[in-house]
Amino acid sequence: MSTVAPTLVVDALKIVGVPSMASIIDQLTLEVHPGEILGVVGESGSGKTTLGLSLLNYCKEGTRVDGGSVSIHDLDLAALPWRKVRELRGRTVAYIPQSPASALNPALRVGTQLRECLSGDAVTKLERVREVLREVALPDGDEFLARYPHQLSGGQQQRVAIAMAFTARPALIVMDEPTTGLDVSTQEHVLLTVRDMCKTYDCAAVYISHDMAVVAELADRIAVMYSGRIVEIGRTADVLGHTSHPYTSRLLLAVPDLDALRPMVGIPGNAPSPLARPQGCAFAPRCPIADTGCTVAPPEATDVGEGHKVRCYKAGNALPPAIARPQQQRSVRADGDKPVIDISGLKAGYGNFTVLEDINLSVYSGDCVALLGESGSGKTTLSRCIAGLHHNFTGGLELSGEPLATSSFKRTREQRRRVQYIFQNPYESLNPRRTVEELILQPVLAVRGKVKNSRDIVATALERASLRPDHARRYPDQLSGGERQRVAIARALATEPEVLICDEITSALDVSVQSSLVDLLRGLQAEMGLTLLFITHNIALVRNIAQQVAVLERGRIVEFGDVADIFENPQHAYTRSLMSATPNFQLPSQVYAAEPNGVAL
Amino acid sequence: MSTVATQPAGPCAGTRVRGPRKKGLLRRALRSKRTVVGLALSVLIFALAFLGPYIAPHSPTEFVGAPFSPAGVGGPFGTDNLGRDVLSRFLAGGQTLMILSVLATGIGVGLGALVGVLAAYSRGWVDEALMRTGDVALAFPQIVLALLFLSIIGPKLWLLVLMVALGHLPRVARVVRGAAMSVVERDFVKAAESVGIPRWKIIVGEIVPNLSSTLAVEFGLRLTYSIGLVAGLSFLGLGMQPPNPDWGLMINENRVALTVSPWSVALPVIAIALLTVGTNLVTDGLAKAAIGSDEGVEA
Repeated sequence: MSTVAPTLVVDALKIVGVPSMASIIDQLTLEVHPGEILGVVGESGSGKTTLGLSLLNYCKEGTRVDGGSVSIHDLDLAALPWRKVRELRGRTVAYIPQSPASALNPALRVGTQLRECLSGDAVTKLERVREVLREVALPDGDEFLARYPHQLSGGQQQRVAIAMAFTARPALIVMDEPTTGLDVSTQEHVLLTVRDMCKTYDCAAVYISHDMAVVAELADRIAVMYSGRIVEIGRTADVLGHTSHPYTSRLLLAVPDLDALRPMVGIPGNAPSPLARPQGCAFAPRCPIADTGCTVAPPEATDVGEGHKVRCYKAGNALPPAIARPQQQRSVRADGDKPVIDISGLKAGYGNFTVLEDINLSVYSGDCVALLGESGSGKTTLSRCIAGLHHNFTGGLELSGEPLATSSFKRTREQRRRVQYIFQNPYESLNPRRTVEELILQPVLAVRGKVKNSRDIVATALERASLRPDHARRYPDQLSGGERQRVAIARALATEPEVLICDEITSALDVSVQSSLVDLLRGLQAEMGLTLLFITHNIALVRNIAQQVAVLERGRIVEFGDVADIFENPQHAYTRSLMSATPNFQLPSQVYAAEPNGVAL
Repeated sequence: MSTVATQPAGPCAGTRVRGPRKKGLLRRALRSKRTVVGLALSVLIFALAFLGPYIAPHSPTEFVGAPFSPAGVGGPFGTDNLGRDVLSRFLAGGQTLMILSVLATGIGVGLGALVGVLAAYSRGWVDEALMRTGDVALAFPQIVLALLFLSIIGPKLWLLVLMVALGHLPRVARVVRGAAMSVVERDFVKAAESVGIPRWKIIVGEIVPNLSSTLAVEFGLRLTYSIGLVAGLSFLGLGMQPPNPDWGLMINENRVALTVSPWSVALPVIAIALLTVGTNLVTDGLAKAAIGSDEGVEA
């Protein structure tokens, strides 16, 4: 621990929901020193964002601080009058929100926004703005300063937001998932910028993320949050190397491995809602090594190393091995096999604007083919052409040798049944006014007409998607994100399809949920002989699910082949750059050990 | 009819039927005092109008005293221009107004919603054609259009309902189209398209249910206008015809004797005013509760 006084001290902070008085954050204690980056990780609903905002003395509507304190440079934020707090924000504490598009005012020019929280005369302000733009590797000319946010790319916008946060040289900076919406290459650049800026200004930073791989690369220390409490905190090397809390271990195992050395294992169950927290350790219901002692009272923080604290009764106990499915990284097929989906010379666009060109792709039965690309590469357009949702395309598109019409309405029922599409965002793709049962039956009725055994169909579909039978009577807003996506999968499976198109189905979800969904899909592929078309921007995920991969860059397939070959020896420069930009997250070997049937922790 | 009477927020009743749902629009709206007050007022006047004919002391066309007798003579509120009991006529005169207003509102909001959703979902030239036609219709003040047709064809009740409803149509269509634009873009509509569900089923089953809060608010708002319009047209002699009892007609017949026998004008005026305030408050409450009703899970 450094001897310098900490910039930020949070002591026994408690934030409750109003009027339920359920604690959203409880007994939260941490400190951050100048120049240090603290990574805060956890699943959604663990209270990360609430914590981030409380560091600016801000509470979301319906929440309030109910004890404890937050102080910056020995200044207790709660005791300050609101005028002082307002002066503090932006100057002493700066905040970088998740979405740069909504963080910047679309009606103000970049230069104007950057000047906002500076004082002094115009020339010094301008000088400072230019300096900070250079530091985040953006142009500092008048032309750039005169631009509006919509004239910048996503990465540039986020770098402007970072520049904005650093202009007033704050002592503390709070970042809430600043790279979640960005492509990997942009993310890498943004992370580098953050790191450099914190070093240059000796600024303390709190980096909130659900992505363990990113945090491991960036942070000096890691705090793992679960259900409103910090369950493990310590130096990055200690937390990764001597993981003590079962939750942390499971969270680490959920991260897809770029080298596919270890399997990807999800965490079963959901994080409890603040209203329904278990009496004892909040993780006990999902914990593989919990016993009755864990359910009596929440564990206190105990030291397991220098500056390494854990809230667990069983800290350091080994977890039972998690069973992982063997992953096949090559497409296996006989000589006479014909492709299920055959695309030749496909060209698609919006109006006169061409998005996809010269697409040739053959997908064989039982394979999982990944379409990999960054935003704007046309991967979603391609998948929607196959599903009959994007009508403006020319070229050959065949399903088992029969040509497919451009519009789903013009396809035969049988064709519509055989190809099913799952959308990216389960919060959007399920009609909130229908029960799960109605949602699952809807496509069945559409492609098969009236069915007699509707109950059985729903039950089978729910079971296949690992949902409980009682989910059938719920509405989507009574389900978690992961459960919703399972409902979407169940809905697609109910029609007994042959080809399942999965459009970024895990990108709106937590890493732990992502792993269990990938596991589910792989199981289904094996059991039902499904052909999967898996659209993603996550290259590590490709290695853990697909047999073949097609890399898309600006509307063209630049590389296609078996996953094993492409990861072994990528041919195209774009594929190589994607691979190098992705954080290669490797666990120290003592955390897990490969075993014949699975992995022991 | 009494089920309609107690629920000025007609379409949102649908949310109540969906049992396991956490909080319906109406229940959320009822958490604010204004909705409760508004609902109480509306229910009171609707009850008065529908139960009135059964509790009236006299027949509405029976002569009970000298014309324009003051309160207490002939009846508790005096008599009207022909010597009929003011209270009895008041109690009997609201029912038709209510039925006509609710019918006109129902037809207007229903057709308007259909046009609006159709425009939003079809896009392209259908959208343009429907909306531009609506713009032309919007250029005429609602009452002028109604006056025109009623004076040409004659004071028929069905025509009155139709004209008020047609007056609402383009206004409702515009609002509903705006709300539907964001719904048709959502993925569950695309999901329904991808499995080939017919377009009309998508409109009825996927889009309209997600507009229920907009429709509830529109219904309440348009009901307020309908009451005013129908009463106004009756006042002008284009609605109910004498000797039928009717609030609008009562105001017209008795306004000459406002100083002598004020109750014959005041009672219908107060009732219409209270009803308008009541439905407005309910609409307000619904609109407030509808804001953010699309936000998924509540903590």
